[in-house]
Amino acid sequence: MADIHSNFLGIKSPNPFWLSSGPPTDKKINVIRALEAGWGGVVWKTLGTQIKNVSSRYSSLHFNGRKIAGFNNIELISDRPLELNLLEIREVLRLFPDRAMVVSLMTDNNKESWHEVVKKTQDTGAHGIELNFSCPHGMVERSMGAAVGQDPEIARMVVEWVMEVAEIPVITKLTPNVHSVVPVGRAVVEAGSNGISLINTIQSVTGIDLDTLVPNPNVGGSSAFGGYCGPAVKPIALKFLTTLVQDEVTKSAPISGIGGITTWKDAVEFFLLGASNVQVCTAAMLNGFRIINDLCEGLGNWMDDKGYKTLDEIIGLSVPKMTKWEKLDINFHIVANINHDRCIHCGLCYITCEDTSHQSVEMEQSVPYNTYKIKEEECVGCNLCKIVCPINGCITMLERRKGDEYINWLEYQKRGLPLNDH
Amino acid sequence: MSIQSNRLSKEEYENNFSDIHPPFGFDETAVIEANRCFNCFDAPCTKLCPTTIDIPRFIRQIASGDIKGSARTIFSSNIMGTGCSKVCPVEKLCEGVCVYHFLKEKPVSIAKLQRFSTEKALREKWKLFDRKHGIGKKVAVVGAGPAGLSCAHALSMSGVDVTIFEKEKRPGGLMTYGIAGYKVTSGFCQDEIDYILSIGGIQIQLEKELENHFTLEQLRKNYDAVFLGIGLGMTRSLNIPGESLEGVIDAMTFIKQIRTLEHSQIAVGEKVAVIGMGMTAIDAATQAKRLGAREVTLVYRRSVREKPCTDTELKVALLDGCSILWLMSPKEILGENGKVKKLVCEKMILGEPDNSSRRAPVPMGETVTIDVDLIIKATGQVPYETLIRKSSVQDKDGKISINDMAMTTIPGIFAGGDAVSGGKEVVNAVQAGKNAAQAILAYLR
Repeated sequence: MADIHSNFLGIKSPNPFWLSSGPPTDKKINVIRALEAGWGGVVWKTLGTQIKNVSSRYSSLHFNGRKIAGFNNIELISDRPLELNLLEIREVLRLFPDRAMVVSLMTDNNKESWHEVVKKTQDTGAHGIELNFSCPHGMVERSMGAAVGQDPEIARMVVEWVMEVAEIPVITKLTPNVHSVVPVGRAVVEAGSNGISLINTIQSVTGIDLDTLVPNPNVGGSSAFGGYCGPAVKPIALKFLTTLVQDEVTKSAPISGIGGITTWKDAVEFFLLGASNVQVCTAAMLNGFRIINDLCEGLGNWMDDKGYKTLDEIIGLSVPKMTKWEKLDINFHIVANINHDRCIHCGLCYITCEDTSHQSVEMEQSVPYNTYKIKEEECVGCNLCKIVCPINGCITMLERRKGDEYINWLEYQKRGLPLNDH
Repeated sequence: MSIQSNRLSKEEYENNFSDIHPPFGFDETAVIEANRCFNCFDAPCTKLCPTTIDIPRFIRQIASGDIKGSARTIFSSNIMGTGCSKVCPVEKLCEGVCVYHFLKEKPVSIAKLQRFSTEKALREKWKLFDRKHGIGKKVAVVGAGPAGLSCAHALSMSGVDVTIFEKEKRPGGLMTYGIAGYKVTSGFCQDEIDYILSIGGIQIQLEKELENHFTLEQLRKNYDAVFLGIGLGMTRSLNIPGESLEGVIDAMTFIKQIRTLEHSQIAVGEKVAVIGMGMTAIDAATQAKRLGAREVTLVYRRSVREKPCTDTELKVALLDGCSILWLMSPKEILGENGKVKKLVCEKMILGEPDNSSRRAPVPMGETVTIDVDLIIKATGQVPYETLIRKSSVQDKDGKISINDMAMTTIPGIFAGGDAVSGGKEVVNAVQAGKNAAQAILAYLR
């Protein structure tokens, strides 16, 4: 079996799955249950300023009945006394010396507050610190959380304060509530942050109760923007991750990938796009800690199947495959092909192509089952039919190059080759 | 051996006649099932529905939480959508062609989903259709069965004043009197009819029989058009010796008793033979068993391959403990003191295909005799030939002849349902009524 031990900034854990800062990591009882279940480590729920939470905190976006695509919360940072949290962190460290213990911090924007909370955290023996520059609700109004992560100069300043006293690795957690994470990513790396983690949640309204007309979650007849997470945010997280890995400044900082990781496959994708480890929260909240076994085993099985021995071998493998649009090969061309042995005659390829794409599927009507054929000359190779087809391997895309030569948009334009030819 | 009632306890009767296809227990499970649907385009299920309900659409509506919209989608194609969800042989219609069969998986539970939406509509009395202002036309409908009700509803929606004449005490036709009690109850049938009639503009006159209380000629004079949805009569005679002995009954009479009397009042034999293998034969056999008959034997002159009932129905009979004599044709009924005692059957072999394109049974010259005390004939209903001939509309073997505009040979007299088809499903009758209504509206214009 492949070795899935992880080493992130010198913080070792038996597997690369940490529970991210959130409700599952806000006290000893949960954290012990998690570590007993096998999680590689935890990022203890954000400590620092004292706060007060409201009741009714979560809401969700369902699809296909009760399946959850997205999750949303308006919970704030830890609402337990700082000293109690620190005491419990020490106890967990003693009970589970082989697991990663990182503590998330957020405090008022002054040097003294940050120095105090960093020092107190280090005294527990914790292995690392994660700076919460990313919580998108509640704390922002008090100029904390995402308010810091949205302004590169403030973020730089706070990291500099922290680095003045930090003796253990510092990870800065970024917010996706920006058009690009690169400016703030650069600022924190330049200020000395050892690593980066992303993404935190995305500001959202998950929906409205159509009987009461109150958006979710309902807090006594009102709601507020919450932080969106869960499977639906993974694609956004992967995009932000890639931009940091591609940037000349930020690529030097190891990244802990976060955002909608639900299965081992999601985790592999984060590794392939350059994350050195991953953090999970929503999937554990929606299923319990037991999923850790599936994550580890699935990852190990995939690595075994592909012949990878350690995590280091897979980190970043897909990064070179992400290029700019203008560098894509215009002569590359594919067309759909229907495998009639697998076709179940649902007609989804036909109606979607006919209504919204290029009228490239031909229908021969009969009772009860129609037959469908691809008009290769009309097909632009958009993948829509393959995506809507319920059967794997029924529709495949066949390569039909327009020319042997690799030619991208820049070159194509330079040569004055014909446009709008479809 | 004797024919007697009150064979079982109250609980046994209740259990035996409870809903054979129970509805969804939770709204959530209906939504989960709705989400199994692939939402096919030009869907096979819709193509095989005689009333062409847009099935993927009503299922999408359930999935999205628009139950009212879903019910409207169903009812706009089939006003008896609730009843059909309970009695349709869906295994050979919509569900029989669901694309899940290609995946060797259970089809989407279309009937159960249809029942989910439409029963809710009935329960909540949703007003889903508005009647147009009266257009000053009057149409008489003869027969308050599925064809007549469907025709009346469609006409009324378009502003026609409709009067339905029904010979029985209650409306509904075979829905009310001729289908197994574990599929639909009398209470349900009344609820469904009340819901259909809630559109307004439809008046029903019960216990008014054609030729007995009024003539077609009178209807022609007093109404702008007439629709004949008179259905079929009694079961075809076996034409064998002993048929008039006490203990030989017609399946229609037997089922009608079950649908109108308390279960404990219905007499059933110790050893029952049911002749035939159609849906009605199955309904009669299973219900005889469920009323407490010790042995029930279905006697059919062809083999399993030619049977008119579906596999699903056959399985119901087998699971109820009915036994089957395939390739046996009743030859003679033997009696004692005027009562049925034995049934003599002739063994058959399959020969050349007949005009039903099924292989015809041919006697082998050997007989088998079984002990019975009750024989239920379920060999298909015959048309009201005499009645139809009296009305002087043209017929073919007693089945009313109509043109492609649902009109009989007499202008202004339309017909549909079993009286025309010779006996099909409820859903076919509903469609025939719908078609006739459109034709009548065109005629009235």
